[in-house]
Amino acid sequence: MPNNASNAKPLLRLNEFSVSFNGNVVVDSLSLTVNAGETLAIVGESGSGKSVSALGAIDLLPDNAAVSGQRWLEETNLNQLGKRDWNGIRGNRVGFIFQEPMTSLNPLHRIGKQIGETLRLHQGLSGQAARTRAKALLEQVKLPRPDELLDAWPHQLSGGQRQRVMIAMAIANNPALLIADEPTTALDVTVQQEILALLKELRDQHGMGVLFISHDLNLVRRHADRVCVMYQGKIQETGSVADVFDNPQSDYTKALIAAEPEGRPAPPADITPLLTTRQLSVSFKRPRTGLFQRQPPAFEALKATDLTIAPGETLGIVGESGSGKTTLASAIMRLVASQGEVTLGKATLSQLSGDALRRQRHRLQMVFQDPYGALSPRMPVFDIISEGLRFHYPNLSNEEVTERVHRTLREVDLPESCAARYPHEFSGGQRQRIAVARAIILEPELLVLDEPTSALDRTVQKQLVTLLRELQARRQLSYLFISHDLAVVRAMAHRVMVLKDGDVVEQGNCLEVLAAPQHHYTKALIEAAHLH
Amino acid sequence: MAFISSRLSPITLRRLAAFKANRRARVSLWLFGVLFIVSLFAELIANDKPLVMNYDGQWYVPLLVDYPETEFGGFLPTRTDYLDPFVQQQISDNGWALWPIIPYSYQTLDMLMTQPSPAPPDSRHWLGTDDQGRDVMARVIYGFRLSVAFALVLTAGSLVLGVLVGGVQGYFGGKVDLIGQRFTEIWSGLPVLFLLIILASFVQPGFWWLLGIMLLFSWLGLVDIVRAEFLRARNLEYVRAAKAMGLPSRLIMWRHVLPNAMVATLTFIPFLFTGAIGTLTALDFLGFGLPPGAPSLGELAAQGKNNLHAPWLGITAFMTLAIMLSLLVFIGEGLRDAFDPRHVKQHLSPAQETKHA
Repeated sequence: MPNNASNAKPLLRLNEFSVSFNGNVVVDSLSLTVNAGETLAIVGESGSGKSVSALGAIDLLPDNAAVSGQRWLEETNLNQLGKRDWNGIRGNRVGFIFQEPMTSLNPLHRIGKQIGETLRLHQGLSGQAARTRAKALLEQVKLPRPDELLDAWPHQLSGGQRQRVMIAMAIANNPALLIADEPTTALDVTVQQEILALLKELRDQHGMGVLFISHDLNLVRRHADRVCVMYQGKIQETGSVADVFDNPQSDYTKALIAAEPEGRPAPPADITPLLTTRQLSVSFKRPRTGLFQRQPPAFEALKATDLTIAPGETLGIVGESGSGKTTLASAIMRLVASQGEVTLGKATLSQLSGDALRRQRHRLQMVFQDPYGALSPRMPVFDIISEGLRFHYPNLSNEEVTERVHRTLREVDLPESCAARYPHEFSGGQRQRIAVARAIILEPELLVLDEPTSALDRTVQKQLVTLLRELQARRQLSYLFISHDLAVVRAMAHRVMVLKDGDVVEQGNCLEVLAAPQHHYTKALIEAAHLH
Repeated sequence: MAFISSRLSPITLRRLAAFKANRRARVSLWLFGVLFIVSLFAELIANDKPLVMNYDGQWYVPLLVDYPETEFGGFLPTRTDYLDPFVQQQISDNGWALWPIIPYSYQTLDMLMTQPSPAPPDSRHWLGTDDQGRDVMARVIYGFRLSVAFALVLTAGSLVLGVLVGGVQGYFGGKVDLIGQRFTEIWSGLPVLFLLIILASFVQPGFWWLLGIMLLFSWLGLVDIVRAEFLRARNLEYVRAAKAMGLPSRLIMWRHVLPNAMVATLTFIPFLFTGAIGTLTALDFLGFGLPPGAPSLGELAAQGKNNLHAPWLGITAFMTLAIMLSLLVFIGEGLRDAFDPRHVKQHLSPAQETKHA
């Protein structure tokens, strides 16, 4: 209920709040108010200062951060607190949910003990009382079988379940304010919805104020009452969700809202398949549970899959984490052991090995998900791009190699001057362009793109999608495009294939599948992605 | 080349800066470097023959050429003993000679001693003589050089072997790793000291024999570190990208994995180095090390133990080893901190203590 904001009492107030690291201003005179019972969302791209503002507000920044401005939590002036006072605030009056559920729980303690710890610190509960309260909390966050889960280890829980445990810990002491820093970014889309619905319910039950930090406009639009758009440490715009989204004032907000990937790829000219897989499957051995136990059956990461891709065509592979998307890509690239047949043009890749396989590798190239991990930090861009070229074409002279590198850099819209620089000097989007340049300099026929856009901001995603489509049209490249983001898939793929638990549940023309999904899993994905 | 600094990657530059910021490590590196370079020219500093001399209007270079004694008016056609009073008399009568600062080499016996050896320090022997009448200062200079050279070669050899074995195990994983790990475990169970004692009973272990035996075992410590780094790195995306590009394994290991594994390895080197010096000294002390007469710090320490009435022997051996090992440990500490990304931040924080308003 967004409209009770006027008479609600303010919970957290920041006034002219600034944060700088070693003299670099990261947050510049931010002023905002979170009221009880409402959700205020801070939206912005990576590096806009969203998380730093939230962390700075409750003094969780590293020592080299300088904080200035006024901070109030209800009637408490946060600037006048000593170390001990902060301990009474954090985890007690302010709950915090972090982005990464996989690492924010201690792997060496049982769930019950971790929840019990906050109860013991702030409420003095211990033993049976803490256990009873912890169980009640697990019920509140709607985890199944709370009795068993109290004694479970974090690694036995899925990402969504861990995030629920984190929420249970955050609300354990009935905080007045809950700060959720990208609470669903690491989760699958269908799980995201459940978590956010839970947060909303808990907020209404306890009358908490929620500070919700996200880069995802869709989520913010559906789950926040007021929104505050940040760009480069400054507030661009603030107001109710309806106002900001329907009638954006600042140019940046407009650009952000318009940054949905759009357009469609050009239709392929040829339909004779370039890549064919027949009954391609991947399985991993599972370890024995005990010394004398029988070997458990192998885990089938990818069940027998047939697919074809024509020259100039894009096949989108859609599915949630663990569905076997990346395994499929690795099997086609022959980076993992697989059964079945992979044919590229006239060459049967699955029968090749050693040097014969290496000689074919320049025909199919791969772009990876993480732009920060995919480039060797110790090599300048020129070496990164030219490495494969020098290996596959050792006869090229230095001038020819330089010429090719510069031409490829221009083709991915990067200045030639980048060649001498190192990867860390580039932004995520630029790095991904470098990764694309490294792949296309070998003039491949097939490019496997494994979630190339998922680590990028929306505006940058859009540029990369446009670039990839241009390259496809110019070079008649075939793409195997893996993504969990249906909006991007719609802008890239001709055909789409939906994977669940290693199995193809649905495939067909991209627009048809998205408009009229047959399988209930596809329907759930599309519902959760909120395409429009 | 000033050009070099622009070619170094920014990570390296930051590490160099971090190392330079550590004053103790920087000064230690300078001192150790100077000492080692000086000791490389030990023959010019401590020797029992003149560097150059002029005799009967002719030039001689005894440092490089062996002249028979008949050349200088002696009777025997043997190598000249320039410390012989007769030869010295001849030289001062018929020309002149330029002597090194210390006119004794590491195994020169001083025949003109006025006191029984071991003789206490005086202007003739700055650190005294040992129980065979050899100049301790000369032996320390040569011994220092020998120890450092031994440690250098041993460290380099262990590095090559350890990185090779650890790298292959880590990069290929699976069966290679399993078999390699079991082999290194069995291998590291072999008793090095007993092997050396057995060896000493049927060959006269020289520099290279000792080095070879020690090299068989000293690389084991590196294997685990390098293996872990390679195991981690082989699943990094840029390594997979290189694989997808078609690069052969050896190139991937050399270009992509090794540079990242070197960080952990480099921080280990100084400790390998001090370990090598310590082991050599210990073996010499026990008498299973270098052949008798070789300039060795361990042997000096043993003499100190056997001649408690001549404390300059023990004190000299102790001070030399203590200074050398301390310098190396300080350098190692600096290196370790320079490679530790978290340490830099800690270093900065005191300067910014004042910020929280």
